[in-house]
Amino acid sequence: MLKIEGLRAGYGAAEVLRGVSLSAEPGEITVLMGRNGAGKTTLMKAIMGLVKTSGRIELDGTDLAALPPHQVPRQGVGYVPQGRRLFAELSVAENLEMGLGAGPAQGRAATREEMLELFPRLRERLHQRAGTLSGGEQQMLATARALCLKPKLLLLDEPTEGLQPSMIGAIRQVMVTMRDRGLAVLLVEQRIEAVLELADRVSVIEMGRNAEDFSRAALSGAEGRLRARLGV
Amino acid sequence: MDFGPYLMLAMLEGAVLAAVLALMASGLSLVFGVMRVVNVAHGEFYMLGAVVAWAVTTLLGAGPVLNFVAALIVAPLVVGAMAAAADMVILKRLNYDPERTIVATIGLLYILQQLTLMTYGADARPVVAPFNERIALPWVEWGDKGLSFYFPWGLSTTSYKLFVIAAAVVLIAALKLFMAKTRAGLIMRATQGDREMATAFGVPVERVYALVFGGGAALAALAGVLIVPIQQAHYLMGGDALLLSFIVVIIGGLGSLSGTIVAAILIGLSDGIISVFFTPTLAKMIATLAVALVLVFRPQGLFGGTSR
Repeated sequence: MLKIEGLRAGYGAAEVLRGVSLSAEPGEITVLMGRNGAGKTTLMKAIMGLVKTSGRIELDGTDLAALPPHQVPRQGVGYVPQGRRLFAELSVAENLEMGLGAGPAQGRAATREEMLELFPRLRERLHQRAGTLSGGEQQMLATARALCLKPKLLLLDEPTEGLQPSMIGAIRQVMVTMRDRGLAVLLVEQRIEAVLELADRVSVIEMGRNAEDFSRAALSGAEGRLRARLGV
Repeated sequence: MDFGPYLMLAMLEGAVLAAVLALMASGLSLVFGVMRVVNVAHGEFYMLGAVVAWAVTTLLGAGPVLNFVAALIVAPLVVGAMAAAADMVILKRLNYDPERTIVATIGLLYILQQLTLMTYGADARPVVAPFNERIALPWVEWGDKGLSFYFPWGLSTTSYKLFVIAAAVVLIAALKLFMAKTRAGLIMRATQGDREMATAFGVPVERVYALVFGGGAALAALAGVLIVPIQQAHYLMGGDALLLSFIVVIIGGLGSLSGTIVAAILIGLSDGIISVFFTPTLAKMIATLAVALVLVFRPQGLFGGTSR
């Protein structure tokens, strides 16, 4: 599915990723961990083509890094960025419309309806400006917007950061649902207990390089080592 | 003429200016809003609109109506295409950096202006209005013998001036509808909100920018075509228009279309009234003072949201 090899990326002269390899498979949640500044968000942006990269980023055999950035979502990559980054001046409906527009032309009405079933709160707020939603609602919208393009790979960058516990549960539930539907989920997450609960695989990066990988089986006994890696 | 009819005449003159200004400033505001580019060459696109209108009417040589309709279609297309080309050749290479694009558009201003001087020349040339009937306007007054209704001498306008006002209203309403209701408008607003996220949702941002820059220039060119039967085409006519557009856009709030329209009406009307009763110079002084006050007390403009 997603196969990243020897990825280097950065901003201007500052190199953030120094040869990272990573893979994500359908029906699995792959969690990307690392301390602040390790390059987790840069890795997400690199997949989306939003930073300059070298190395291979392959999705089902297509080299994403060779495509113009706006073509990346059309390969089936949905992105829920850190801080949500909704189109704040646009309505909820228009934000969803932006997601639908990046997906397949067929079945948009059905996809939209499906998202409103999944997040009923958004239906009540359809004509409200996205910037006026509560934090949890914004996260729902950011997630729904990415799912609107019918992704096969879903990127989530700290989706539960700063949310109330009830919202955290709802967002996690959606991730599990999407995994069970066969999506490949790549998640940046810092809370160990969430990682232990959700992850099928964990990759830890340090200073822009791979540090250690854990399989689901290895994870339960490795909590101490994980904490040590992250310094928490 | 009494004060009342005189004031109405001044307001009508002001309304024509307001109409043209609203069109032109909407283009400037659109470009700044979506691209964060301060287009100093915007006045030259207005001038080119007028010059191309002259060229089209001269080359075509048909009747005034047909000539004018052709100019109204051809000028925005030609000027818009030139602007889109300038975007792709110049602004894209600067990566739309806000500071460097200011310098680049200053350069573009002089290139366009001097090329016009070299080809079109230094003369002001007229374009015949498609229709220009004088319309006397009635005035109602409460006098000694009750309500009286008469046509004061000198209180008149032309059908063409009314047409300019109506055309600007229709075009701006169409622009607002386009931005609010169409998919292209949605994409432009999304790009305005967050360029990177727009890319992450499949928007080819550079193509959108070229279209927006071309579209903004086309709006200025339309304003130029509309004004040329009243004002004549001249290679330096972009300067004043640019200044007033900036005043309008700053007062209205950079990037806010509604604010731009309200400010254009405000500045246009006050310019008309002050010019008629006092002097045009005083009108410009007051407008500039208004900008200074807005910048001091409400830097985001009357309608501008919080700046990013």
